[in-house]
Amino acid sequence: MEYYLHLVLNGLVIGSIYSLVALGFVIIYKATKVVNFAQGELVMFGAYICFALTVQMGLPFLVSFFMTLIFSVILGLCLERVILRPMIGEPIISVIMVTIGLSTVLKAAIQLFWGTQVRVYPQVLPSEPIWILGLPVAPVYIAAFCLSVVLFVIFSLFFKYSTMGIAMRATAFDQQAAQSMGIGVKNIFAMSWCIAAVVSSIGGIILGNINGITPQLGHLGLKVFPAVILGGLDSLLGAALGGLIIGVLENLSDGLAQQFFGLAGFREVAAYFILVIILMIKPYGLFGTPEIERV
Amino acid sequence: MSLLEVRNVTLTFKGIAALMDVGFSVEKGQIVSLIGPNGAGKTSMLNCISGRYHPDSGEITLNGKNLLALPAHARMSTGMSRTFQNIALFKGMSVLDNLMVGRHSRITYGLLASLLYFGRARKEEDIHRRRVEEVIDFLGLSSYRHKVAGSLPYGVQKLVELGRALAAEPELILLDEPMAGMNLEETEEMARYILDINEEWKITVLLVEHDMGVVMDISDRVVVLDFGQLLAEGAPEEVQSNPDVIAAYLGGENASFLGI
Ligand SMILES: Nc1ncnc2c1ncn2[C@@H]1O[C@H](COP(=O)(O)OP(=O)(O)OP(=O)(O)O)[C@@H](O)[C@H]1O
Ligand SMILES: [Mg+2]
Repeated sequence: MEYYLHLVLNGLVIGSIYSLVALGFVIIYKATKVVNFAQGELVMFGAYICFALTVQMGLPFLVSFFMTLIFSVILGLCLERVILRPMIGEPIISVIMVTIGLSTVLKAAIQLFWGTQVRVYPQVLPSEPIWILGLPVAPVYIAAFCLSVVLFVIFSLFFKYSTMGIAMRATAFDQQAAQSMGIGVKNIFAMSWCIAAVVSSIGGIILGNINGITPQLGHLGLKVFPAVILGGLDSLLGAALGGLIIGVLENLSDGLAQQFFGLAGFREVAAYFILVIILMIKPYGLFGTPEIERV
Repeated sequence: MSLLEVRNVTLTFKGIAALMDVGFSVEKGQIVSLIGPNGAGKTSMLNCISGRYHPDSGEITLNGKNLLALPAHARMSTGMSRTFQNIALFKGMSVLDNLMVGRHSRITYGLLASLLYFGRARKEEDIHRRRVEEVIDFLGLSSYRHKVAGSLPYGVQKLVELGRALAAEPELILLDEPMAGMNLEETEEMARYILDINEEWKITVLLVEHDMGVVMDISDRVVVLDFGQLLAEGAPEEVQSNPDVIAAYLGGENASFLGI
């Protein structure tokens, strides 16, 4: 029993990071209708920048953390300006191809600077476990989970209630009308890329603290697809739950496959199994908006 | 100086002129109607003012500020807002959210302040909410507050669009056929609102409308376009008795509206 509980708890923590990255993905999709295939590489970017600042430049962790966020904002602005703005008005599929190219470039650049071996963050939080439900849990796991939840609450409130967040939603619905309301559509696009870069970076930094980092981190982007498709591409709550569900199911099924069938590595594919099953039942995901065409 | 001045505006689409050398002005505090047969260029004119179209030549100023130098989205913060002939609400969003979008041009804080909800953001969000509630009360929309805009009856959607434009606290409001497709009762209600906006809220109105009864009733001045050209401009009675205007409308389905 304890074994399963442990699987669930670990799944929740990893899932909360998926949720965070999924959040970035959904925000870009909501505001710009672009499916961002470089989401995982944004995670990697944050993780490596923070690594460089803490380990290679020896800055205190908190300082590096906030500086990484600033770098992410700059990256978001550059990406929008240099890569995406020239694509405005092009078919959406071209823009998506551009994000695939972007993911390759980012990954290559990171391997160029930092190589391919595992890099380890210095220990930030104490390793003394905290006991939850009679199970030892590392503080970094708890911090990761809490940070994800806090970010989620902030962004949900932002989109639901703030004038700026409402403007971002409006832009997603009708760019022309949004423009006539005084909304700078390009600014909104830039904002959504900045937010996506920032939350992904935070996800990357958390992962770095838990597992260390390699350029394989970018594959996280692929895990996020099941999470967002499960939740519905345009729903924040969906992204949060989708991430958690994928995290937990992935960990559980991996544990079970090992225990009963002696299979290792089921983790890698579990998410996609789950995805296929759910899409057969609910094609718009759990919370997605079905396309409504009124004639 | 007039509030809005339009001078020598020409707009062409692939060589075909939609507006030819059109000029008129709107004085502060007035209700000015822009009329003309179908295809005369009324909507095109509003689009030039609001920035959706860019005229080939001419000048448009609001409070002396050159509007043509500003991109569409920057024009709202100069003090104008508009509605559309074909309703352009954010259909999947609630009425309340639609009106909140109208507040966007009033935001003075950045993304970070907004996310963390501190300082100016906190104070301003309060003001935004209060203004939107005022508009909701004024237009009697409170029972629709949380309804999805696209699901509402046509007449109510027209009101919501008016509300969204009002939420921006404009000095000048551009209304493109606010009464189109409405029944008599709804038309009267809308005319009442336009008069109230003008008198109580001190908002200058540029109205495009086909219902001549309403136009002649509530306008201070009337500007007539025909085939993209300025045909006449003046007080309602002057325009009504102008032979050119009568000729333009005669034979058309609109002749009866002129009351001749
Ligand atoms: N985007 C466009 N592309 C091409 N032609 C256009 C465009 N917009 C307007 N026109 C043309 O410009 C002319 C004026 O159109 P406009 O919509 O301004 O007329 P209107 O006075 O608003 O008419 P209505 O009373 O029917 O609304 C028409 O001949 C129209 O076909
Ligand atoms: Mg028109």
